[in-house]
Amino acid sequence: MSLTARVALAVGSLLLIGGVVVSLAAFAYGREAARETYDRLLVGAANAIAASITIVDGAPVVDLPMSAFELLALAPDDRIAYRVVGVNGETLTGYDDLALPDKRGRGDTSFFNASFFGEPARYAVVTRRFAERSLNGTVHVIVGQTLLARNALALDITRNVLFGLIISGTLLLLLAVLVVRSALKPLARIGEAFARRDPHDLTPMDTKVPREAAVMIQALNGFMARLDRQFSSMQNLISDTAHQLRTPVAALRAQADLAAEEADEDRRRAIVERIHRRSVSLGELLDQMLSRALVLHRSDSARREVVDLRDVALEVLESGDLQVLAPETDIQLDIGDLPVPVLADSPSLCEAAKNLLTNAVRYGRGPVRLGVSRDGETASLWVEDQGEGPPEAVQNSLGERFVRSAASDGKSAGLGLSIAKSVAEAFNGRLAFQKGQPSGSRVVLVFPLVEGVS
Amino acid sequence: MRIVRICLLFAVAFLQAEMLRAQEMTHLFGPEDAPRRLVIRSTTDTDVFAGVVEAFLAERPGVSVLYEQWGSNDLYGLTSKDCRSGEVGADVVISSGVHQMVKLVNDACAAKYQSALTRALPQALRWRDEVWGITREPAVIVYNRSGVPPADVPRTRFDLLDLLRPEDSPYAGKVATYDIEASGLGYLFAFMDSQEASTFGALLESLGRTGADATCCSAEIIEGVATGKYLLAYNVLGSYAEGLAREDDRIGIVLPQDYTLVLSRALMIPKQAGNMSDARAFLDFLLSQQGRTELRQALLIAPGLDGDSADAGEGISETALRPIGLSPSLLVALDRQKRDQFIRLWRGAFPGP
Repeated sequence: MSLTARVALAVGSLLLIGGVVVSLAAFAYGREAARETYDRLLVGAANAIAASITIVDGAPVVDLPMSAFELLALAPDDRIAYRVVGVNGETLTGYDDLALPDKRGRGDTSFFNASFFGEPARYAVVTRRFAERSLNGTVHVIVGQTLLARNALALDITRNVLFGLIISGTLLLLLAVLVVRSALKPLARIGEAFARRDPHDLTPMDTKVPREAAVMIQALNGFMARLDRQFSSMQNLISDTAHQLRTPVAALRAQADLAAEEADEDRRRAIVERIHRRSVSLGELLDQMLSRALVLHRSDSARREVVDLRDVALEVLESGDLQVLAPETDIQLDIGDLPVPVLADSPSLCEAAKNLLTNAVRYGRGPVRLGVSRDGETASLWVEDQGEGPPEAVQNSLGERFVRSAASDGKSAGLGLSIAKSVAEAFNGRLAFQKGQPSGSRVVLVFPLVEGVS
Repeated sequence: MRIVRICLLFAVAFLQAEMLRAQEMTHLFGPEDAPRRLVIRSTTDTDVFAGVVEAFLAERPGVSVLYEQWGSNDLYGLTSKDCRSGEVGADVVISSGVHQMVKLVNDACAAKYQSALTRALPQALRWRDEVWGITREPAVIVYNRSGVPPADVPRTRFDLLDLLRPEDSPYAGKVATYDIEASGLGYLFAFMDSQEASTFGALLESLGRTGADATCCSAEIIEGVATGKYLLAYNVLGSYAEGLAREDDRIGIVLPQDYTLVLSRALMIPKQAGNMSDARAFLDFLLSQQGRTELRQALLIAPGLDGDSADAGEGISETALRPIGLSPSLLVALDRQKRDQFIRLWRGAFPGP
């Protein structure tokens, strides 16, 4: 069911229930109002008649005033009943068979319902007391009227209320539909904009939409940005891979060709040795490229959680990869007692640290130290060796993908640093180069310390 | 004194004649063996109403009309009795005593009926869709043309008072009006006068002081004026006067210019009517264009008083016309104490027989 239909149904049923309630209330009110209005007429007429009673020769005489009946004739189609009852219960004038009710309210004025020649009617009784020498007692004036005008007025009031209700209800319903339509218009616009979009266009959407829809647009834009980054990193990976692999693979083939044509056994062995070295190097390169792609992917998609940098350092050291790579190198661990929490993704950090460590082992000079420290609001994970550190050119152009120092000789220090830098930046940190303590050089991953976590 | 006594004797004789006639005069219109019979009881003279009834029957061969002529008080009493006992009497009751008709409706004696024609009536000429005003007849002053010099002809009630004021007024004892006890219509006119203006008290006093005559019936009063027995007659039903004045140039008619009461004879269909459908057809006929034309010819709708034209007969301004509306306030006129008081007041001026 469409939102419009839902709102219309909700508003409609609300109006219907409200309408029934209001109609009942209006009818009750209308009856009450009509009753009061015409009861006043009755009392007015009865009072006028009571006031016209005079005592003549000890007997009450009613000089029925025309005005009283003209008052009652304001209900133009209603029949009029009246009776004036004397002190001893005798009829002075009017309809003899109009009976005073047995139970009457207190006070000088009371009302009752009874029929008048077979038609329901409403009566008012007004009493007038006489305390004359010649007459002492109470005279009752009964005035009644049939109910046509009352019912008509009650019905009229109800009808007017209903009429207003129907009109306002219809307007309300139309308004509700209009409001829903106009409120949902941005959605249609957004949908249309998406439909028109080029499939490769992942730029952010225009967020000039109502606040409620902006939430969705922002989420969509975030999603698209992530998609865009992954998309481009995937592209980078492919083009890097192609670029990086072409040369070593061509070299391998050339060496293999040489080997095939070489007759001399020793020289052929030397060539095979070179082929082997080249393949190992190629494998490493491939590993690093894949790990970089993984890091880029994770930095976008993985959930951030609180990670203790000491755990990362320990994990890197204990993974044992370095023992395989350089079993002779001595690696020292330098971590404190306090936790060093940062908000990041543990596998990404491990990968970055591993790369830095590998670089230090491979290109620097021992002893190598892996450490974690906290300083004010920052947390650092660092790797230190006694070498010179990466050349200036490498430091400056860090993050470009194909940087490799001359010393690397086909081995990929540039990619390792690049990975570390990407990871640092993905978690609001940075990669820095510092002097070693007390000597040597140090590569540091600096992150903001997470507050309030012990 | 002797003259007064003789007048009273005359009055009694007329009264008795009127009552006798009221109960007996019936006339059958249409074929005697018609399958359907409509019984009309009316206060209108048979010969005045004959034309209307015949026009009604002209297109209805299967219907006959039994027309009974009654005095208004008797008609009221009889209809009321029929209503209480449930006895089937008249199918249509038409009376000039509209206050009595209103009382009958208030006592739930009438049947409801609505049609396009009844709805077209002004609100004042119908009540509860149970009683309708079908005629327009002014209450007029009638005078003897030879006995009253043109300069003396009273145009208003004040003129009449002025005529009667002098000690030696030639009009003393020469003025007649209805006896309100004998005539329901006379009572109604007098009662409406008493409600309408303060002139009524002065007029009653003047009439009483000059020994005016109160008698019962329109015909007798107008006859008296024609013969010179009376010089002036006050509050005479205009339709009769006009009818006689057309044949008798001794009679002059004045519509009082201070105000003129206009009576609409009331028609009701008793709830126990035996021939309801013809009764309704008769009502619709009276309200139709043809019926109105017939009523106009019978002078029951006075020229200029049928509400449509501004030319309100003999130069009477529209605002001076006081139609007697069919309203429950007419019940006051029939209230027994009110009636007793009013008649006592009246008898102060016109000591009865």
